[in-house]
Amino acid sequence: MIGTALTDLWYGFGVALEPHNIVWCFIGVLVGNMVGVLPGMGPLATISILLPLTFGIKPVGAILMLAGVMYGAQYGGAICSILLNLPCHPPHAVTCLDGFPMTKAGRGGAALGATVFASFVGASWGITEMVFLAPVLVRIAMEFGPAEICSLMLLGLLAGSTLARGSPVKGVAMTVLGLMLGIIGTDIETGAERFTFGLTHLDDGIELIALALGLFGIGEFMNSVNQVSTVNAKYAHVTLKDMRPSKEEMKRTIFPMLRGTMIGSLCSLIPGTGPTIASFVAYATEKKISKTPEKFGTGMIEGVVCPEAATHSSVQGDFIPTMSLGIPGDAVMALLLGALMIQGIVPGPQLIKEHPDIFWGLVASFWIGNIMLVILNVPLIGIWVKMLTIPYKYLYPSAMFFVCIGVYAANNDMFQVGETAVIGFMGYILLRLGFHPAPILLGFVLGPRFEENFRRAMLISRGDIMVFLERPISAVFIGLCVLLIALQIYVRLRPKKPGDTVIPAALEGAE
Amino acid sequence: MLVGNGYVSHKKSGGSALSTHRQHSPAGLVHRLVRKRDFYAGGLMILFGLLMSLKGPTYRLGTLMHMGPGFLPTALGILLIFLGLAIAASALTSADGEDEDILPENREWLAWGCILVSPLVFMLFGGYFGMAPGTFACVFVAAMGDREATWKSSAILAAVITVFGVGLFSYILQIPMPIFTWRGS
Repeated sequence: MIGTALTDLWYGFGVALEPHNIVWCFIGVLVGNMVGVLPGMGPLATISILLPLTFGIKPVGAILMLAGVMYGAQYGGAICSILLNLPCHPPHAVTCLDGFPMTKAGRGGAALGATVFASFVGASWGITEMVFLAPVLVRIAMEFGPAEICSLMLLGLLAGSTLARGSPVKGVAMTVLGLMLGIIGTDIETGAERFTFGLTHLDDGIELIALALGLFGIGEFMNSVNQVSTVNAKYAHVTLKDMRPSKEEMKRTIFPMLRGTMIGSLCSLIPGTGPTIASFVAYATEKKISKTPEKFGTGMIEGVVCPEAATHSSVQGDFIPTMSLGIPGDAVMALLLGALMIQGIVPGPQLIKEHPDIFWGLVASFWIGNIMLVILNVPLIGIWVKMLTIPYKYLYPSAMFFVCIGVYAANNDMFQVGETAVIGFMGYILLRLGFHPAPILLGFVLGPRFEENFRRAMLISRGDIMVFLERPISAVFIGLCVLLIALQIYVRLRPKKPGDTVIPAALEGAE
Repeated sequence: MLVGNGYVSHKKSGGSALSTHRQHSPAGLVHRLVRKRDFYAGGLMILFGLLMSLKGPTYRLGTLMHMGPGFLPTALGILLIFLGLAIAASALTSADGEDEDILPENREWLAWGCILVSPLVFMLFGGYFGMAPGTFACVFVAAMGDREATWKSSAILAAVITVFGVGLFSYILQIPMPIFTWRGS
């Protein structure tokens, strides 16, 4: 088994090292890193804006580039949070706690250097996991019938919406709304036009790009425009020389790095617990086992390295269910899966067999991309620091243009530009009402497949809803769903201890 | 704040009565509710749910075995109504929070308007006059939303983005949209 995995990986490197693919990977990583550094631009917004640019590229190149954008933006986000104390992306919220004090103490460069290294270690482990676990998962998933797929999707949707930020009930409501938006358009089985309100433009459904750019582009811009944020670039002077951690610091980072990696990979195996939770658990663990827990928050390098390693290992791990089962764990994965679907590739267990170039090329490109990032981040840090000071008043109008032209270019259809504006407006209202729009995307991407499999399962079982409990694998998934809901209720009803509030409070701060 | 204002004005007239009978009188209950953000959040979900579950059956429900196109929308709509009720009910149980305003502290009507109008301007100018005028108008309108923006600064930014954008999208990425046209498309 290990032998075939290594042969496949070798093949993957062959694909990823083809000149045009390596160029796409490089562009993705570079742009992702660049945009990720900018305050207020998370991976979701970055990928949505760059998504239209990939339509002209072959599927392999497109997915390599988009994945590169994603982990490039992760690296960039770390820079932003360590040097400016601005967590542009929730997983990096804890990195701020010790990263920024280090910057103030003049060790920001060392923190960055250690972060880059820790990210690489975390990511490498996540990729290794992917190489060996994904084929095993696929073998199991090949046996799944419509009933199993349906319950698995239910579990994925439930986990993705309840374990994300904010209130779980609101998360589920957003998922349902997303499923609903996925229904709009012509029904594949009967040809009925649903919820199109007589607009022929809506016959093909809502465009994924319009939805993503409306929610994470326009909605976000409306949220952050003119919100005077004090970008404190006073300490953000880092040169290449500063980036080398001292020997003593290196020694202190090794074990936290490995612990973070392990925590991250464990979190990625539990559906729904993405990088954000991984990074918080990692920080809390590191603080607990430290001999000097009181020093955390004053610039401990352990507190920077451990969550960063956890984030990256869990991000790579999140690709496992996405690529092998076709069930994305969070909105970013849903967007990547959507990008594949736009390219005409059907996600699911058959993906690895039918498109080995995509899967193994992607795996190999992770390593190549991560090495590129290490190399890029070291000499270019000065440029990134300069980019941090670009004022928002130049940023968002330019981004608006990218949104408009991107949506237009997707189908050469002006109607969709207006669609994006309407979705953006709705997204902003939802945001102000305390909803997090990310699960909408999850529901939207899975919606049509969920309906299709649900119908098929019901047809096979002759309308017996109990089929979901009678088939053992499906029953396990449903059981997990129930467990998840019970756990949420238990957490809500349990009397709150003072220590519990730390993580939610920090999460709120990240928004 | 939108609702906050209404509440404040009422408080002036009958504040004492409210504070004593807060838990018991129905008026007090309603007033506690209308100040809560979750109340409106739940309400919006119920509204969406109603829309779906009322419109859904018009697409033929079918049976469980042979589901029609209306089955899932109706089911989801009913689910969403229940979720909306749960969200609205949670407004009752939670303590009075600090941040219950639906609108943020500084209301940026101009900026919001500019951001929302910007894509529409792009549609209009892009569709009738081509990519370059569309880009210029879109960036210009969006840039005017910033508090510090002037006509001049917005125009300069718009011009820079237009040159760069047309270069990237028209020449490099070959998007089939004319740079200049007259009542095209």
